[in-house]
Amino acid sequence: MQALCAFVKTPGHTRATNYCPRCGNELAFRRHEAMERTWALIIAAAICYVPANLLPVMTSITAMGAQADTIIGGVILLYRTGSWHLALIVLIASVIIPLTKLFALAYLLITVQRCSAKSNRERAQLYRLVEFIGRWSMLDVFVIAFVVALVQLKPLMAAQPRYGILFFAAVVILTIFASQSFDPRLIWDSANKMEERNE
Amino acid sequence: MPETPVACPDCDLLQHVPLLPPRGKALCRRCGKVLATDKPGANERTLALAVGAAIVFANALPLMGLSAARREVDTTIIGGAWMMWQEGQQLTAALVALCAVVAPAVYIGIIVVLLAVRIYSPAPLWVGELLHWGELAREWAMTEVMMLGVLVALVKIADLATVVIGVGIFATGVLIALITMVAVNFDSGKIWTQVQWTTVDAQSLPNPTPAIDYQGVKK
Ligand SMILES: [Zn+2]
Ligand SMILES: [Zn+2]
Repeated sequence: MQALCAFVKTPGHTRATNYCPRCGNELAFRRHEAMERTWALIIAAAICYVPANLLPVMTSITAMGAQADTIIGGVILLYRTGSWHLALIVLIASVIIPLTKLFALAYLLITVQRCSAKSNRERAQLYRLVEFIGRWSMLDVFVIAFVVALVQLKPLMAAQPRYGILFFAAVVILTIFASQSFDPRLIWDSANKMEERNE
Repeated sequence: MPETPVACPDCDLLQHVPLLPPRGKALCRRCGKVLATDKPGANERTLALAVGAAIVFANALPLMGLSAARREVDTTIIGGAWMMWQEGQQLTAALVALCAVVAPAVYIGIIVVLLAVRIYSPAPLWVGELLHWGELAREWAMTEVMMLGVLVALVKIADLATVVIGVGIFATGVLIALITMVAVNFDSGKIWTQVQWTTVDAQSLPNPTPAIDYQGVKK
């Protein structure tokens, strides 16, 4: 059993003795209900992903009239105005990264449930990748926030956030929580069991 | 006293971390997770860097401005969250404030406190508590993502009106560099080993069941 500060100890008999004497963290073999929690969070994130992409995230009011943009609409607009580099970055951060996180975590959960012992190292790396890229999906939330903060020259022009951005922010938070609640040690458990059997 | 084995946080394999050469790195022999890194003389430097970061942070105020038809508006980092809030998106605003302002500030603050008390060994228990919070704050501190967001926002606005780049952008750039350096140099493992134990009896000797593996040291 192991705690946050890398303290290792033989299991105590009661739950009360299973706390780390140094960092106070609970010593647990595996995070509690890691599988159930992670599934619940990614399903919730997948549900929020639909309105996040269908609803507009921002309305801009200019002399030409009001225009509501979805996330994809914003990417296309960036591409049309000539900065395809930035369009690509926003596309990766807002579309590819959230989808990668959802599919990668679902894949890890399914392989753990099937007691797969194959390509453990690769799956461990996939988990680390998910943890690493996760934060970048916040990009569009920041973009909308700063556009809204700056384009405030009423009645000439104005920008307003719309409810799509709330759902998008929910996707970002839920996927971050999901990758935190997954326990990467589960990946190795079936390999451990096999080794023990062979011994 | 025999060295206690360390369990890999990612795969639970028990192994001994050997004495590391300067700037050496110990990787888990099974899953490749970095178990320990040697950070030579990091602490003093980190303290200076952290304080620098805190100062820059406090000063990173006017980010950018916009002018059209002889009117001007400008915004700060917190201004991005504030407008969101006023436009009725309180939850999103809170998230922006958390990731762009609160978490980075808390992270820097905690590191300054930790380095200031590090001279006392054993360190009091609340130091462990702070390490927890610091870890959490670091996960939610997204200054570098915010910076990219500012740049994308600037390009988006550029065809609507004239954008004025504020000093805040450069300050934020410096802040990102400092936070990265702090994160690279800050050795939380070293501080954990100084934290006091609550009970002596609880440290009943660790009893590693599987074979203990000595792993290679990567340099
Ligand atoms: Zn501990
Ligand atoms: Zn490992």
